[in-house]
Amino acid sequence: MSVSRPDSQAAAPSIDGLRLDAALQLLQRAGHEFPDGPRDAAWLQKVLDALCDLSSRDALTGLANRRQFELALDREADRVARAGEPALVLLLDIDHFKRVNDTYGHAAGDLVLQAVARTLQDCVRPMDTVARYGGEEFAIVLPNCPPAFAQAAAERVRRAVEAQAVSVSGGITLNVTLSAGGAFAPPWVRSSARLWIERADTQLYRAKAEGRNRTCLEPTAVSHVSAEERGMLFGVTLSTSLDEPNSSRPDSA
Amino acid sequence: MNAPDTLETPAAAPPGAPRARILAVTSGKGGVGKTFLSANLAAALARRGLRVLVLDADLGLANLDVVLNLHPKVTLHDVFTGRATLAQAVLPAPGGFSVLLAGSGLVEYSRLTPEVRDKLLAVINEVTPRFDIVLLDTGAGISDVVLYTVSLADEVLIVATPEPTSMTDAYATIKVLATQQGRRELKLIVNQVPRSGDGRAVAGQLRQVIDRFVAPPLGSAVDLALVGDVPIDAGVRDAVKKRQLVVESMPGTPAAQAIVALAARLSP
Repeated sequence: MSVSRPDSQAAAPSIDGLRLDAALQLLQRAGHEFPDGPRDAAWLQKVLDALCDLSSRDALTGLANRRQFELALDREADRVARAGEPALVLLLDIDHFKRVNDTYGHAAGDLVLQAVARTLQDCVRPMDTVARYGGEEFAIVLPNCPPAFAQAAAERVRRAVEAQAVSVSGGITLNVTLSAGGAFAPPWVRSSARLWIERADTQLYRAKAEGRNRTCLEPTAVSHVSAEERGMLFGVTLSTSLDEPNSSRPDSA
Repeated sequence: MNAPDTLETPAAAPPGAPRARILAVTSGKGGVGKTFLSANLAAALARRGLRVLVLDADLGLANLDVVLNLHPKVTLHDVFTGRATLAQAVLPAPGGFSVLLAGSGLVEYSRLTPEVRDKLLAVINEVTPRFDIVLLDTGAGISDVVLYTVSLADEVLIVATPEPTSMTDAYATIKVLATQQGRRELKLIVNQVPRSGDGRAVAGQLRQVIDRFVAPPLGSAVDLALVGDVPIDAGVRDAVKKRQLVVESMPGTPAAQAIVALAARLSP
């Protein structure tokens, strides 16, 4: 196996002839700190880093964009498969967002999106990745989130958005709600991030269908069988051939 | 349509190359005849000209060797620790199929660690190109080792008896596999039925509860296909005591014939 050593490489090529105007203009417009200092390789590295950052963020909200989110999700799916730690993905969609745009205009809609983005970011841990997934759809991946806390985590986000008032022009304040769907990556099993997102999307669809402004999580694997399930399992046709059709039946003897 | 309908796929399947269909045989409850069925089913499948391997995936309390009256010198443990090659550990079994025995006392593998996960996966990836069918005889219960083993399979065979405890555990297993692994198609074998055909009632009961409690929150149907049932048979008791395969030693018995019929239904 050959290993290339940095000190054996040719001297760094001059960056004098590179066309950087468009890149620098983009960075300036996006509000990036302009790299100071001599225009050498280290300076160019800073420009590249800034461009990477720019291409992984959503322009309106500053959240991770879909590209960046899918990278994070792939990484997390792989980690869950190897280490067996639970990880949750949430898909969140602002309820009746079209009404905001249609009634108050797109500028108001943008303010709502920005406000919701800030709230989502405030509600999660630093290790969680919040992204703008589509128009009014957001996604959060929560690594190492035990199923016992999932509902609370999702509800915290939903309630924070519900409680938030967004001021738009003309002294109007708007309140929006969101629906959330969540699913866990199956521990130990290699799966694809796409299927993981699809399962969360199924739950988001359920949350919408059940009346919006709510969170639906895919049930986690529980091996517990409730009395109701047990009753149905033995209650009907088999009951005649079983000694104890209902285990909770009081002993008459 | 098997693997494509499940949400999760086994890791690192050899790309394109022909490989064995992997069937996990699991039950939730122990003592329902899972290992007995795996061994006899393997023999019946082998008779149909298929290359069959039974992998004893009950890493903690293996007993396939007992059922088959084998005294293996080389086991999965030796493969895991590098003391033997896989080729040395794959042994011929009476009945014309191959076995890879865990050997009892693999207590250190009874919990799933990344090491166990990777070793088991490597073993399965290595054996699948050489067989037509690999039966994974899992341990009892719904431990993470059992769930992981099942996750490597293309299809899952749930073994249950009409006993309430067995049906409850089979149902719990189905519930976990559907919710955690995204399984939407499962197969059922009902063992120890009083009369041939009684399996239909057991399958019907399970389906009813699945439709009512498991499928709705998942937003999709979970299909439980009955492969068949195996009647209670004095021949089985005799064969088990003598540590023989019922399909070999008593092919005329109702149980043996039922198992031969199962093999036909499971064949490609």
